[in-house]
Amino acid sequence: MRVLGLDIGSRSVDAVWLDDGRIVDWAVADSGFDPGSAAAIFVDRGAHDAIVSTGYGRHAARERFGGTAITEITAYGIGAAALHPDVASVLDIGGQDTKVISLGSAGKVTDFEMNDKCAAGTGKFLEVMARALGFTLEEMAAAALAAKSGVVISSMCTVFAESEVTGLVHRGEDRGRIARGLHESIVTRTLGSLRRIGAKGPLVFAGGVAKNPAMVELVAKGFDGAVLVPAEAQTVGAFGAALCAARSEA
Amino acid sequence: MAGEGVDYRPMWAELGLDLPMHDALLEAVGGMYGQTFMTQANRPEGMGYLDFVMSEVHGLRIKELDDFRKSGGKVVGTYCLYVPEELIRAAGAWSVGICAGAEWAYDQVEQILPRNTCALIKSMMGFKLGKVCPYLEEADLLVGETTCDGKKKAYEELGKLQNMYVMELPQMKRAKDVAFWRSELVDLIAKLEALTGKKVTAESLKASIKEVNDKRRALQRVNAARAADPAPISGLDSLLAVQVAFYDDVPRFTQMMNALADELEARVADGVGVAPTGAKRVLITGTPMALPNWKLHQIVETAGGVVVGEEMCTGSRYFEKLVNEDASTLDEMLDDLAAKYLDINCACFTPNEGRLDDVVRMARNLKADGVIDYSLQFCGTYQIESTAVQKTVHDAGLPVLSIDTDYSAEDVGQLSTRVEAFLEML
Ligand code: SF4
Ligand code: SF4
Repeated sequence: MRVLGLDIGSRSVDAVWLDDGRIVDWAVADSGFDPGSAAAIFVDRGAHDAIVSTGYGRHAARERFGGTAITEITAYGIGAAALHPDVASVLDIGGQDTKVISLGSAGKVTDFEMNDKCAAGTGKFLEVMARALGFTLEEMAAAALAAKSGVVISSMCTVFAESEVTGLVHRGEDRGRIARGLHESIVTRTLGSLRRIGAKGPLVFAGGVAKNPAMVELVAKGFDGAVLVPAEAQTVGAFGAALCAARSEA
Repeated sequence: MAGEGVDYRPMWAELGLDLPMHDALLEAVGGMYGQTFMTQANRPEGMGYLDFVMSEVHGLRIKELDDFRKSGGKVVGTYCLYVPEELIRAAGAWSVGICAGAEWAYDQVEQILPRNTCALIKSMMGFKLGKVCPYLEEADLLVGETTCDGKKKAYEELGKLQNMYVMELPQMKRAKDVAFWRSELVDLIAKLEALTGKKVTAESLKASIKEVNDKRRALQRVNAARAADPAPISGLDSLLAVQVAFYDDVPRFTQMMNALADELEARVADGVGVAPTGAKRVLITGTPMALPNWKLHQIVETAGGVVVGEEMCTGSRYFEKLVNEDASTLDEMLDDLAAKYLDINCACFTPNEGRLDDVVRMARNLKADGVIDYSLQFCGTYQIESTAVQKTVHDAGLPVLSIDTDYSAEDVGQLSTRVEAFLEML
């Protein structure tokens, strides 16, 4: 039996195909201005017996492709628990939102928090700051790792932080220290959210920002418990959706 | 939402409404009402009355107020639960709760009030500045109260535009506060008597206490039925009933709500519901939801949940407690009124532990699977109290979701995701 999980996010559309419970294929595409069409290409790729959509485009996808829809929270819980059976919490930092999830047994969500109101502390935030520093994302992460200490950044609002960073650069502050400070301020906030929901280790760190080595190192340093980064951190949601599809068919 | 065939425009024009803007408001609210309420499955027939009232919200009801005033009656507008409707009625006036549940004329509002003012206060000013609320324009007197700082200071601005009287509400609930509040009730009576030229007597007050209690009893019946699974009435419809309670004719409304309660009780006996048995049940607690603020209920119920109770001023706080009916002298009645009103658990008071107990008790009685704690952005009192609410609910073994929002539709997508995830988790 072949099933498809789709995660239609604001930045990317992720797909995972399972056959008898095993991953047989996965793919990622840019959402662009028409994420539905990006998803349609995946849906048309071959026959499947069931489909479950997640992500902010889940309802539109369900209407267009059939199947059912679940939220990212539930999908990440299922996906993370399948990758690491003893996982107790999930951190997902995506392009435009951050989620922290506490899990009970078998990936069942017991509490969660989402920052979805603004870009503060998300992938978007890091992109804007890298631009302000004249770095690529990779360069910024490397510079942050190389710096011994970070500058304290007081604003979390993307717009204010950007002008703060510009001001620091003009004053001749070391770009590496600024980069480290930016990463530290996101991590401090994220750890606060994790504490608020009583998140325990092991923690699965997923989402696009989990590819950033500076973020991973700082989260691992501050979190009380093991931090695991899945190989395909971005597709955990789609994987969870696919598993949900497989279970409903079984 | 104008009535069929009747032209209310001359009446609205006479009230000084901005007709084109008023048309726009009615169209927006009418559209929202249709999409939100009329699309619900298996509604109780008794909701037909509220549908009618809503379709005539600026029509027939305003005509009634208008006729009442033309025959010498006075209309008093209020913004908060603490202003006793009983006293207003005992002085021969009619009381209308002025809604402040939609974003309106914020561009004008923000010239007077800071942007970071709660939506309720902004809306209250917006309806006045935008000249679109016939209830406000029918009000001969507005009675405010010193609850939160935002309202208190905004009343100073509103008072420049309309005849306004502000009651001083204590911030604690000790015996001396009750005594003080009682003295405020006495002052209000003097103010009302001067307005209507009628005396508040033991007889008139006894009658109005009974009348308003009857209204509360009818709402208690409607809400008690919601403890059943399947729920016989949606959260949206129950919320609407309380919202309408603030401005509809009292005896008529009471009668219609009792009829609705009869129907709901029969539904419960027959196991008829608006959502399937086992649908996730949610109690909402927090800041009031003034008409036409249906945002959170709609999100929850569209996502397949059912709202089974509201611990808020447009909910249990309005109807749960009755005024003692056994008093025979005016003095005793004032004691009873002061005691009952200071027993409302609003976050403007400190401490406000009664509210925490109310939330847990209601969640249990209504068999809620989870609680949503709802605050309007920039409402310091409720936002701060949210920490205690979340902890209490959590300690009682129930999941809780905390939401901060306003009246705009901007965050509906994000809120839906959080609410759906919450329902999936229950
Ligand atoms: S929340 Fe408090 S201030 Fe607001 S209407 Fe209720 S009692 Fe009045
Ligand atoms: S919602 Fe909060 S800030 Fe707004 S009027 Fe009520 S108590 Fe005041």
